[in-house]
Amino acid sequence: MSENRSSGGLNRRRFVQAGGAFLFAAQCPVTFSRKAHAAGAGSMMNSFVRIDPNNVITLLANNSEFGNGAYTVMSMMLAEELDVDYRSIALEAAPTTPEYYSPLFREYLTAGSVTTGSTFMPMRTAGAKARAMLLEAASRDWQVPTDELGTHGGQVTHAGSGRSSTYGELLETIHRLDIQPPETVTLKDPSEFAILGKPARRYEGAGKVDGTAQFGIDIKLPGMLYGAIARPPVHGGSVVDFDATDALTMPGVVKAKAIRAGVVVLADSYWRAQKARAKLKINWDRGTNDGVSSEQFYADYRALADTPGLLAEDIGDAIGALDAAEASKRVVEATYEMPLLAHATLEPMNCIARVEGDTCTVWSGTQYQSNDQEVISRFLGIPQQNVTIHRPLMGGSFGRRSSKTADYTVEAVEAAMGESVPVQIIWSREEDIRSGHYRPLFVHKLRGSVDESGMPEAWHQVAVGQSLMQGSKHDPGYMVRGMDIYSLDGCLQEPFGVFPYGTSYQIPNHRVESHNAPRLGIVPQEWRSVGHTHTGIAYECFLDELADKGGIDPMALRLRLTKDHARMNRVLSVLKEKCDWDKPLAPGRGRGVASRIYNISPVAQAVEVTVAENGDFTVDRVVCVVDCGFAVNPLGIEGQVEGGLAYGLGGVAFGNIDIVNGEVQQSNFHDYPVMRLPQMPKVEVHILPSDEPPTGIGEQATTPIGPAVVNALFNATGRRVRRFPLSSQGFNLV
Amino acid sequence: MKLTVNGSELQINSDSDTPLLWVLRDELNMVGTKFGCGIAQCGACTVHLEGRAIRSCVTPVSAVAGKQIQTIEGQADEKGLSTVQRAWLETDVAQCGYCQSGQIMAASALLSENPNPTDAEIDTAMAGNICRCGTYPRIRTAVHLAARWMTEEQSA
Repeated sequence: MSENRSSGGLNRRRFVQAGGAFLFAAQCPVTFSRKAHAAGAGSMMNSFVRIDPNNVITLLANNSEFGNGAYTVMSMMLAEELDVDYRSIALEAAPTTPEYYSPLFREYLTAGSVTTGSTFMPMRTAGAKARAMLLEAASRDWQVPTDELGTHGGQVTHAGSGRSSTYGELLETIHRLDIQPPETVTLKDPSEFAILGKPARRYEGAGKVDGTAQFGIDIKLPGMLYGAIARPPVHGGSVVDFDATDALTMPGVVKAKAIRAGVVVLADSYWRAQKARAKLKINWDRGTNDGVSSEQFYADYRALADTPGLLAEDIGDAIGALDAAEASKRVVEATYEMPLLAHATLEPMNCIARVEGDTCTVWSGTQYQSNDQEVISRFLGIPQQNVTIHRPLMGGSFGRRSSKTADYTVEAVEAAMGESVPVQIIWSREEDIRSGHYRPLFVHKLRGSVDESGMPEAWHQVAVGQSLMQGSKHDPGYMVRGMDIYSLDGCLQEPFGVFPYGTSYQIPNHRVESHNAPRLGIVPQEWRSVGHTHTGIAYECFLDELADKGGIDPMALRLRLTKDHARMNRVLSVLKEKCDWDKPLAPGRGRGVASRIYNISPVAQAVEVTVAENGDFTVDRVVCVVDCGFAVNPLGIEGQVEGGLAYGLGGVAFGNIDIVNGEVQQSNFHDYPVMRLPQMPKVEVHILPSDEPPTGIGEQATTPIGPAVVNALFNATGRRVRRFPLSSQGFNLV
Repeated sequence: MKLTVNGSELQINSDSDTPLLWVLRDELNMVGTKFGCGIAQCGACTVHLEGRAIRSCVTPVSAVAGKQIQTIEGQADEKGLSTVQRAWLETDVAQCGYCQSGQIMAASALLSENPNPTDAEIDTAMAGNICRCGTYPRIRTAVHLAARWMTEEQSA
């Protein structure tokens, strides 16, 4: 374990401690290559850092970039310890080998808003260890003590003699003297940070304004064929037979063949492949999901919610307290219903695959390299190390590209089998909306009571929906006694599985049950902030219903319920002041608040809405207070908060995938609306200063916005929405 | 068929019904212009036709033969990035970045018609360009910054 240089200033223990479960474990450095070795012309100083004789420093990044800012924070951390400009660092995707697996997930996976937290120690350690080797080389070369040496701008300098060498020039000494990485190293004290904690623009930002940033869809390989897939109208359907006679007469069309995903047409351009696909005549087997519908899901889930579920938590005596409170009419009951949601990344799914003998190479924008590798190797029956994954930038992901089935990747491999050239599959937007993976539909049934002072006394919640993890390789890792921990994310007061805690509120009688709904109709998938996307609405809106019942101000209620949770209490206290909570609003306007903890960052938001007679409403102002520990890049955090809440607001306002007779009814942005510029509220972001280790921010702002808006609409109109999206209930965000 | 893209006349062989988007991407290898929806709903494919913003995903190439087309690759000139691009960098707008070519093309068309747009005018002009990362607040800021810089450049 590393130690800091001085004990002054910030709390040094908190930066190095590895105590606690889950995320704090991620503060431990991952394993490093023990030996430095020559790599091409340059040298691998350790697993993450290569230095070339021309003084180019390369970071081997094991976290992927899809807008999350992974490349920026990782290069900042490394640059801090190497005393170079973070934008001077070259960045390379680390290979998909166990050496580079996430220390938290034990897989090659970028997810869960843990990149900053889980790389904070490893990246700094990698930089500091490389720097120590360079100092040792200069010290022995120049016969001066290391403590007389300094580093600046990619050079080691000795003030006394005026000598200096670039890092690249010192490689020769490192090899000649066989200098190895030190076992332990001293990291900079936070008070010495020149880069970390300061606003930094996006590492790869330049290519994103001049059109040169390369996404997966942009890659062109010699001889590559483009593939368009006709997919079954019902999820899980399959091809019985097909007639491609007309398609094959079209110019540029090479082949049509059935694969598990449907019928793929290969052509010399994507447009030609798309056009030919429309000429296919396919006889589909509609499979076991034929006939399923969203309405039936709602009905079935409501019925399930009336039956006892698996018991996740039973603190005090919630049932007894509720029954006792019935007589004095201090009980509230409500059922919240959340629809299926698509991710709708702006870059549609795509993948290039090349299969040659017992090797396979794919170019795929993916969050989940080790899983893709596993699925492909199993599919092809080849060793995992024979699957090479190249990782371009991703045009958004929001969880979609962490597919456990590796759907859009392995289908490209299947399409490329037997072809002598690489094949690129590109999804149309219609395929993305109709044939993707979805945030599962959820029903939460709640019953709660308030005591004589009006404070919540008992809480009984039953959650029903399809599990993300059940039956996957993460079962049982992310399951507890048959319950998916994500189905109850943020609903529990006690630790649950690998989650150290859920809600920051304390209610004396607290019972939560869970039903895993039958696996039917769709493939469920993580959607930015995962379980909180539905639990957040149910919990935070019902809490407001109890506040209303007890006649207590919603902000005051939350402050009182979090009195034992110092971090959330501080967030809410700051929010109350920043959002002018007590300032009266004009008629037709309303204010709402919600707070959530996701991957241990407490976040709270307050919103102001204006509602017209016809239900059209605007979100005029959002104030968001976050505590994500030490703020590595405040500029990146602000962007993640603004973007995260835009994503969440769009989902709550009008996100809805409807299945009728097995078929998704929506198809593109005209009937699956997403946030647009005019609907975007003014956002004020307040990042609380902290010397705790950095924790997540990519998904944290996504959840509070929905319930805060619902609560504000109630505040403005007295109407409570319990079925989503808002647009289905007469409230249209304009 | 001949196309004039970013000032260069180019011979193209794509089928005449091919949307300009796919001619740019697949035949001319100018992949800065993006595919997002295929039905003019998202703006990722925005390019300029005779200086006005159009959706290249629904524009058959035959309809633009002989006319001036500008793509994101033509925004910068020998002096460097365009003012709009510099404002985008300064404001650190991009997250995933996929929509930003289209956003920049839409913003630069807006500013050529309206050198000093209000927030409401920006909202209206840019409503057709979706950003799933939600960079909208910075888009507004960057358009205002570009407007200010352009005014300063003209008066300098």
